Amino acid sequence: MKKLCTIALLLVAGTTAFAVPPASAAPRVPVPPTMPRYRFENFTTANGLPDNHVFAVLVDGDRIWAATENGLALYENRVWKTYTTKDGLAHRAVLSLALDKRTGDVWAGTMAGLSRISGGRIDSYTQLNSGLSNDVVYGVSVEGENVWVATAAGGCRLNTRTGQWALYNERNTPMVEIWTYGVAATPTKVYYAVWGSGVLEYDQKTGRWDKYDDPDGENEIVLFKDQGLIHEIVTSVSYVDNILWAATYFGDSRYDGRYWHNFLTKDSGLPSNFTNYIKGVDAKSAWFCTDKGLAYYDGVNWAVYRTSLKDGKPEMTVRDAEAKVTPVAVTTAPAHNYVLGIDFQGADIWVATAKGLSHGIREKQ
Amino acid sequence: MSWRNRIGMRAGAAAGFALLAAGLSATALTFFSVALWTGSPVHADEHRGSVEDVDYASPLEVLLSPDGARLYVLCQQSQEVRVLDAASYAVIKNIAVGRVPRGISLSPDGARLFVTNSWDDTLSIIDTNALVVVATWPVGAEPSSVVEDRQGKRLFIANRISNDVAVLDAQTGAEEKRLLAGRGSSYLALSPDGTKLYATHVYPNASPHRTAPESEITVVDVARAVVVDRIPLHGIAGVFHMAFSGDGRLGVVAEYHPKNLVPLAHLEHGGAFEDTLTVFGADVGKTVEVPLDELECYASQPFGVAIAPDKSRIYVTSGGSEIVTVVDVPRMLRFIHAHNGPFVQDLSASANYVVARIAVGLNPRGLTLTRDGRRLFVANRLDDTISLIDTRTNRVTSTITLAGPKTITALRHGEQTFYTARYSFQGQIGCANCHIDSSFDGIQWNLEPDGFGRSIVDNKLLEGVKDTEPYKWTGTNPNIPTECGPRTEKYFWRSENYDNLTLADLTVYVRSIAPRPNRWRLAGGELTPPQERGQAIFERSVDKFKKPIPEYNRCSYCHSGPKGTNQKIVDVGTRKPTDNTGLLKAPPLTNIALTAPYLHDGSARSLEEIWTVYNPEDKHGRTNDLTKDELNDLIEYLRTR
Repeated sequence: MKKLCTIALLLVAGTTAFAVPPASAAPRVPVPPTMPRYRFENFTTANGLPDNHVFAVLVDGDRIWAATENGLALYENRVWKTYTTKDGLAHRAVLSLALDKRTGDVWAGTMAGLSRISGGRIDSYTQLNSGLSNDVVYGVSVEGENVWVATAAGGCRLNTRTGQWALYNERNTPMVEIWTYGVAATPTKVYYAVWGSGVLEYDQKTGRWDKYDDPDGENEIVLFKDQGLIHEIVTSVSYVDNILWAATYFGDSRYDGRYWHNFLTKDSGLPSNFTNYIKGVDAKSAWFCTDKGLAYYDGVNWAVYRTSLKDGKPEMTVRDAEAKVTPVAVTTAPAHNYVLGIDFQGADIWVATAKGLSHGIREKQ
Repeated sequence: MSWRNRIGMRAGAAAGFALLAAGLSATALTFFSVALWTGSPVHADEHRGSVEDVDYASPLEVLLSPDGARLYVLCQQSQEVRVLDAASYAVIKNIAVGRVPRGISLSPDGARLFVTNSWDDTLSIIDTNALVVVATWPVGAEPSSVVEDRQGKRLFIANRISNDVAVLDAQTGAEEKRLLAGRGSSYLALSPDGTKLYATHVYPNASPHRTAPESEITVVDVARAVVVDRIPLHGIAGVFHMAFSGDGRLGVVAEYHPKNLVPLAHLEHGGAFEDTLTVFGADVGKTVEVPLDELECYASQPFGVAIAPDKSRIYVTSGGSEIVTVVDVPRMLRFIHAHNGPFVQDLSASANYVVARIAVGLNPRGLTLTRDGRRLFVANRLDDTISLIDTRTNRVTSTITLAGPKTITALRHGEQTFYTARYSFQGQIGCANCHIDSSFDGIQWNLEPDGFGRSIVDNKLLEGVKDTEPYKWTGTNPNIPTECGPRTEKYFWRSENYDNLTLADLTVYVRSIAPRPNRWRLAGGELTPPQERGQAIFERSVDKFKKPIPEYNRCSYCHSGPKGTNQKIVDVGTRKPTDNTGLLKAPPLTNIALTAPYLHDGSARSLEEIWTVYNPEDKHGRTNDLTKDELNDLIEYLRTR
């Protein structure tokens, strides 16, 4: 619900703040070759999507799954099909998605339970009919035979082989708040984004929990740059190549196990400190889904894809290592600047936004 | 001599029943029965009436080697593969395998024979040259069927308890992954081109309370080892073997179609089960359910199925009716294409395509055709024989008797009685219709004695039922003879009564049904930390607010003892408007993890729902003080029972 409310509030207020220097101020120069350009094709209710509020997107080969407020949509062979509660989906509002790459099963977190979509069959788990800790499932991640779930009342893990549920909350982890917002599970580490309680880390080998907090506590200031996690209100985590990427509503963080590096609009190419979702590509690069556009960081340069906050026209800007911002001529942009999710299809990207789903088709440079 | 005549010759031991009702031990009863018995044997040279658990062969499946020279017979009770010369039927070798083997298949080149051992969760791999077990691999929970892909790269195993198909490396046995299948995943078949694997399951998938059961054929892309489709089987509960025509254009599956939404009161009108096939594929054009039954000719408990090489015939074994039904495929297809609507309940339909019903041995199960399609071997599980059928004449040309005990013990006779459909009106159903493989069926019934539309009941597990009287959910049947005798005869069979000796033997068998191994308990019997915490909740006498829990409201009071029942009648607040009473017998907890849905009427879809939905007033144990973690722990403990 918080995510839904946030969307509504920010759709109203989101057009006023603008942290990136005006694109028109810089001369037009060639795009750094590492920064990808896309032609965006957008999907809305006008062309098959069941709802324009798209909370997450998942790529499974040629199939695209879109988690919308009114059903789980599947795009296959250029046709949309929508799964609803009539098909067994736990709730019409789908908040999160994960793919079991071994089996092809898709796991969908909804506002009223967790659904497993397997070969067209949907089985749903709720807090009443299963060991699921809470029906509001903000995040889901699959690792081996385990499905890790982030809910409004703590995390949990379903072992799909035994059917056993393990719950993680304030009673058996360092979690202070139990409002878990995202989860990233890998064979070595599992990370939870906890809304108001930093990042929780579970070591798969030792079975121990650790916790990363904002060293400045609840203060809305950063006393020392890169001292630790940027903020306690963590919305999303991603773990790739032994690097933790964490998104908060007040900036983003990268952690290599020893050093933290934080990203704020004032000292990076982030279009906004309000980040809904983060997805690491590798140890140095990541995508940031913010309320003011989609951003890509390649370890040095930043690219932002959005509709101009000034004139509403498609916009791409590139910020280099010297903080010089360069506009790039584009004719398309993601469906909306309020971006909630991203996934990759080869060189292409698929982007979930508050007003539609976008297919970013990589252009040759 | 007909079955009925045999029964008649054994009648007249009324005193035996009186003793049963008086609660005499099964052993004493059995010997008493034997003393009274003077008639002819049922299906053996001699009936000694012993309750001794003699190792019969109990052939469940048969398989021919690729060259047709050998016949592999999977013997479930003697737990071995018997290798016979397919021409002389002489025994070449008996190969011991694991506990309660259920599935058998050959590698594509015939060099390896795979056997799933359903009770010790292993796979035996037999070298067919040396005829020895060369490896035994640990696999999933209750492996029931196994298939190797054409490339010899992967093995697929259907696991009945974990409801999945495991994907294994065919050379090392390393498990790659599990694919979600139907509930009670049990039988597998590869498409003729080897690209698709089809899986069936014996218990229906979860569906809303009091709706028709739903089953599926799970379709797996073999190369990718992922589920790509699920063919829905509406109204079906209990799906067994599949077969494909050589050209891959026709698939067929044997199945039960229970009529559990209407009162089980009209057996004389074909009112309990339809025995059907579902056919699918390019020849059919859609998925069509085809009845095998006709008036006075039921095909109870269809199990094994084979399609002739020239696609002219489908052969189906029926374990309860003790027949092989022969379907003329072209006539069946013509009938299907000429009729748009469903005709599964039309008892006149099968006359259009069923061309023979061949009587075979007791409880026929697996079957296999020779490559030329001229001979059909049928494994008769409960009389240790193989029927050989000439498919040109549709006659049994010989019956191969497997080596083993010649006497029929009371236990064996009881099991034969349990599986046969002969006692019911027109031979429609047997005990095993609802108690698949002597266990349960996962569906709910409306039984006549409680009134039409009244007191819906979930079918109960028979495993470990011994000494848990009284029976029925309401506890109104004092003992097994009453449960299996007058009640069954009057309300289910609606036909002749068992003679007292038969009832005594049936009772002996039902009392002997052992629980399958519990898969949630660790090998050493110890409990995991969550199970230990759950046990403490199960046994607690004080709630979390330090208030004493009355004895009657503790889990461990009603569900006491090794089987989890104090055998008393209690009201746990689960009475529904359609129930005649809220007083129910505390049910045993034996293998409770397997038997969803729960409560007397099956309204709780999971163990969790017993307490999250149906215990608002804490009448079914004090549980509303528990956190979700603690309830999960309690359930983890219950799964070990």
